[in-house]
Amino acid sequence: MVAIMGSSGSGKSTLLNILGLLDGFDEGEYMLSGESMAGLNERSSARYRSKFLGFVFQSFNLINFKTAAENVALPLYYQGVSRKERNKRAIDFLKKVGLNDWSNHLPNQLSGGQKQRVAIARALVGKPKVILADEPTGALDSKTSYEVMGLLRELNKEGITMVVVTHENDIAEMCDRTINLHDGQIA
Amino acid sequence: MILKIFDRDRALEILQVFITNPFRTFLSGLGVGWGLFMIIVTVGASNGLENGVSADLGGRVKNSMFFWTQWTSMPYKGFNKGRNFNFNSADTEYLKENSSSTILVAPRNQLGGHRGSNNIIRGSKSGAFNVYGDVPSYIQIEPYKILKGRYLNQGDVDEERKIAVIGKRVYELLYDEGEETIGSTIKVQGVTFTVVGVYSSFQTGEDAEESNQSIFVPYSTFSKAFHTGDKVGWYGLLIDPEVHADSAAAEVVNLMKARKSVHPDDRTAFGYWTMASAFEEIEMIFSAFRFIAFVFGGLALLAGAIGIMNIMLITVRERTKELGIRRAMGATPITVMRQIMSETMFITTISGLAGMCFGVATLEGVNKLLLSMGGAGGSFRNPEVSLDIVLIALAVMSVMGLFAGILPALRAVGVRPVEAIRTE
Repeated sequence: MVAIMGSSGSGKSTLLNILGLLDGFDEGEYMLSGESMAGLNERSSARYRSKFLGFVFQSFNLINFKTAAENVALPLYYQGVSRKERNKRAIDFLKKVGLNDWSNHLPNQLSGGQKQRVAIARALVGKPKVILADEPTGALDSKTSYEVMGLLRELNKEGITMVVVTHENDIAEMCDRTINLHDGQIA
Repeated sequence: MILKIFDRDRALEILQVFITNPFRTFLSGLGVGWGLFMIIVTVGASNGLENGVSADLGGRVKNSMFFWTQWTSMPYKGFNKGRNFNFNSADTEYLKENSSSTILVAPRNQLGGHRGSNNIIRGSKSGAFNVYGDVPSYIQIEPYKILKGRYLNQGDVDEERKIAVIGKRVYELLYDEGEETIGSTIKVQGVTFTVVGVYSSFQTGEDAEESNQSIFVPYSTFSKAFHTGDKVGWYGLLIDPEVHADSAAAEVVNLMKARKSVHPDDRTAFGYWTMASAFEEIEMIFSAFRFIAFVFGGLALLAGAIGIMNIMLITVRERTKELGIRRAMGATPITVMRQIMSETMFITTISGLAGMCFGVATLEGVNKLLLSMGGAGGSFRNPEVSLDIVLIALAVMSVMGLFAGILPALRAVGVRPVEAIRTE
C-alpha cells in the first residue's frame, strides 16, 4: 500500500492517471503484470483497465441514475459477465463494504462515506491487481476518512496493491510506504 | 458484432438513459415521428385519390379507342383543304379487314343536336336523352350492367327491329316507380321503339349520371329511322392488347388517310382518343404525387434525423463525465460508440414507428369517416399505404438513424478518458 504525496501541481494525479492508463506517457517505462504499457491504443488500455485496475476517485464518480448495485456491477458488464452473475457479485461486494441494505439506493440517497464505499466495491468487483485511489478521502470528514482507509488497508492485506494519492499526512501514515513528488520528480 | 440486433443488457442500458430524461427523449423523437407521419398520410392520401379516380373510371376498357373524322387542313388529290367527310359502311368493312392492330370495329351513330329539346316521349312524360345506333359488340368497348331484360343482339341488327335498351336514369324519368319496362314503348323523334332492357353504368359520380341517360337502338334500325343512311358517325375500336395504343392509332389513321384521299401529313383530318393514354396520364399524375409526397416526407424525416443528431450531440457533451467513468470501468471506445449509436437508432426507430402508427391510424380514421358518410362515391376512397412503402420508409429511417448516430458517437470517444472524468 503506497501513498503518493506532494503539493498541488506536483504531478501526483498525472502519475495516477498514467498508472490507470487514463492518460498516456512520453518517456520512461511502465510495466504492469510483466507487460509494457507504452503506446497502447484506447482499446487495449480499456482491456487492461478492465483486467487489472480499479479506480476510486475523490468525487466518487458514481453514475447517478444507477443504483448502488448497478454501479458496482458496471465493470462486470464491460467484462461481459452475465447479468445474473453480475448482480450476485455486486451484492457480494456491497456486503463486503458493509452496504448490504443500500444496494437499491441511488447515489444521491447515500452519504459521502457510503458513496465512497460503493465506489470501492465497484473498484473491487472486477478482481483487480491494483486499486488506484485519487484522494479517496478528500471529500470526507476525518471519521469517515479513517473508516474508508481502514477498508482499503483490509483489502490490501487480502493481496490487492493500493496506490493512494493524498495530501494529508495522517492518511499517508496509514500506508506502508510514502512517495513524495515535487515538480514531477520523486523527492 | 457492432450491429448485433438485440441484446437485453444493452436495451436496458438504453432504456435507463432515456427514462432519466423522458421529456427530452420525446422531443428529440418528435421530428422523425412527424416525418414518417407525413409520409404515410400524404402517400395514403394520394393513393386514396387514385383509388377514387380509378373507381370513377370503373369498368372502362383499357384497350378501347374512339376514332372520328374532322376536316382536312391540306389540299390533296384535287380536294381543297377544309373538306368535311364521313365514314361509311364500306369503310367499316375495310377497317375490319385491313387493320391488324384492332380486334373489334364497332360503328356508331348518335342522334345529335337534340340536347335540351325533349326528343323522347312516353305517354305524358318526356325527356332529352342521347340516342345511339349500336352494334351488339359495342358493349365490349363500353361495358354496362344489364339490370333488366337484355342488351342488343345480332338479330336486332339483322332484322332492323325497333327495340331499345334504356339507361337507368331514363327509366327513372320516364316511368313511375315499379312500373314494368320490358315490352313498354317509347317514342324517339316520333318513331316508336319497344324497350327490351335497362342498363346502368359501372362508373361512379357525374360520369355515371351522364352515361345512365342514354338509349341504345340497333345500328341498322337507327340508320333507317333517323335517315343517316350509309353514314357512320364514328368508330369504337378495341386495340389488340399486344399492340401499343399509339401505334394502333397510327395504323388506323394511316389506313384511312390513304382510303379517304387525305394528305399523309394532314394532322386535323381525323381525331381519336385512346383509353390507354388517359390511363397513362392519370398514372403519371399520381406517380408525381407519390414522388412529391416521398420527397417532402423524406425531407421532414431528414430534418427529424438532424434534430436527433443535434440532441444526441448535446447529450453526449452533458454525459462526458459519465462516459469517462464508463471508460475507466473498462468500456472500450467501440462499446461507448455502440452505446451512443444504439441510443440514436433506438429513438429514431421508436419515434418513427410511433409516427407511422399514428399515420396509419389517421388514414384508417379518415377511411371510417368516409364510409360512415356513405362515401362510396366521390373521388377519394380507401386511403391506404402499401407494405413496400412502409418497409422503404422504415429502411430509410434506420439508415438515417445510423448516420445521425455517427457524429455523436465519434464525439463521445473523441475526449480522452482522463479529461472526460475531470469534466463537471
